[in-house]
Amino acid sequence: MEMQSHGGIRSGSPPAVPREGAQRSTEALSVVDLHKSFGTLEVLKGVSLDAHEGDVIAIIGASGSGKSTLLRCINMLEVPDAGEVRVGGELIRMRTGRNGRTMPEDQSQVDRIRSRLGMVFQSFNLWSHLTILENVIEAPVHVQKRPRPECVAEANAILDKVGIADKRDHYPAHLSGGQQQRAAIARALAMKPQVMLFDEPTSALDPELVGEVLRVIRQLAEEGRTMLIVTHEIGFAREVSNRAIYLHQGRIEEEGPPAQVFGNPRSERCRQFIQSHI
Amino acid sequence: MDIDFYWSTFLELLTGVPLMAQLVSLSLAVGFVLAVFVALIRLSRWRLASGIAYGYVYVFRGTPLLVQMFLIYYGLGQFEWIRESFLWVFLRQPYWCAILAFTLNTGAYGSEIIRGGLQSVPWGQIEAARAAGMSGWLLFRRITMPIGIRQALPAYGNEMILMVKATSLASIITMLEITGIAQRLISQSYRAVEILVVAGVIYLMINFMLTRLVKWLEHWLSPHLRDAPVVATPAAALAH
Ligand SMILES: Nc1ncnc2c1ncn2[C@@H]1O[C@H](COP(=O)(O)OP(=O)(O)OP(=O)(O)O)[C@@H](O)[C@H]1O
Ligand SMILES: [Mg+2]
Repeated sequence: MEMQSHGGIRSGSPPAVPREGAQRSTEALSVVDLHKSFGTLEVLKGVSLDAHEGDVIAIIGASGSGKSTLLRCINMLEVPDAGEVRVGGELIRMRTGRNGRTMPEDQSQVDRIRSRLGMVFQSFNLWSHLTILENVIEAPVHVQKRPRPECVAEANAILDKVGIADKRDHYPAHLSGGQQQRAAIARALAMKPQVMLFDEPTSALDPELVGEVLRVIRQLAEEGRTMLIVTHEIGFAREVSNRAIYLHQGRIEEEGPPAQVFGNPRSERCRQFIQSHI
Repeated sequence: MDIDFYWSTFLELLTGVPLMAQLVSLSLAVGFVLAVFVALIRLSRWRLASGIAYGYVYVFRGTPLLVQMFLIYYGLGQFEWIRESFLWVFLRQPYWCAILAFTLNTGAYGSEIIRGGLQSVPWGQIEAARAAGMSGWLLFRRITMPIGIRQALPAYGNEMILMVKATSLASIITMLEITGIAQRLISQSYRAVEILVVAGVIYLMINFMLTRLVKWLEHWLSPHLRDAPVVATPAAALAH
């Protein structure tokens, strides 16, 4: 299952059109032959993918195809049964426990790598007892142990960028869904992650709030951030990504430049999926 | 109605308040630490320890506090090795026996309250913390504990009130707290009803203040449940 990867360097301003065939840049993320089962249900059946610096990879697929599980295996929120995950070239070391299950060898390595992977959840998951600003500086101060004033200054800049600077002293419960998700993106950005992982960032939002979140993500893509985006927003995925992956029952069934995957897929199933989602 | 008698009784019983306050605050403070500890063991994956913790909670919730206190006060002295150990310095005094009984009792009840609070922390918020690189003690200290304690606070406030009332049992092992003094006054004057009414009023006043305190604590810890600030004033921003 070797995946052909299309590394692209993205720079400068819109539109976020990938430059195919451009010089290969550093590898940001590499996943090799990932397997994961829940009980007897095999959810990932050998998934491999590579992301180079600046890649924006859209991951689409039907409900239950394993999209969330793939993202969650990358940052070890689910422990894969087999396969390799490398972030910035660093392999997450695994071992087999006494009960025969695999587990990370070193929790501190996992913690460190997680702080280099910014995860954005479908349901925001902001910490309810902290203000928006406190949410954003929490990990930089307490995980990365950076000086607080510096983190606050950066957090203010990030909140400004995602357009909720005026909400910094509010609590998550006082924000709309779209604002909460932008705060969650700010929280992930504050760790200066090497790769951002988005798991259906707009699926829990009322339709009129989707746009403001997509706008922020698009802006990040234009800045050249490396991102994996699981989404059902086909139009958005096509526009923002430089590579797309269609997952079906735990396997990559179609992969390539968005024009191919969304416009002219080889797989009939992928074609049908896209048609039903436009 | 003999106002003078009520008033002098009131003043007399007030002299028992400091001892009661000591019994309550010491056993609640140590009991809270014990409760967190036991709750964590109960939630741990370590089966044996979790079973032992469950046994402790089961025994102390299932037997009367009075029986526990008697067993500690009269029972422990039966053991030669306890009498010969340094513990005897404490355990031969009713004061420390009462505190031990109260602590173990509130530790058992409190652990169940805190366990419930910790379990009610939304899983997504814990996952977000793990995804941000937190684990172990850091995750517990920064996220799970603060959220869980807030959830547990109303029930824990109730437990505090129960403890205030429970201190009256210490009078039975000779402690002269409010109820102990009341008993002494009754044996001197035989005016049981008046004296007990005054004692009841004092407990009521103390618990009134305690309830206010817990409410204030809840309010102070839960700005996220209150109304949103109407405008973000520059002053509010500077306060950070
Ligand atoms: N913790 C778990 N325990 C058991 N089964 C699980 C668990 N997590 C996911 N699954 C199952 O694994 C399959 C894949 O789930 P996953 O969440 O990865 O799908 P998905 O592609 O993200 O779907 P959706 O679009 O609905 O989010 C589903 O059948 C799901 O029920
Ligand atoms: Mg999903």
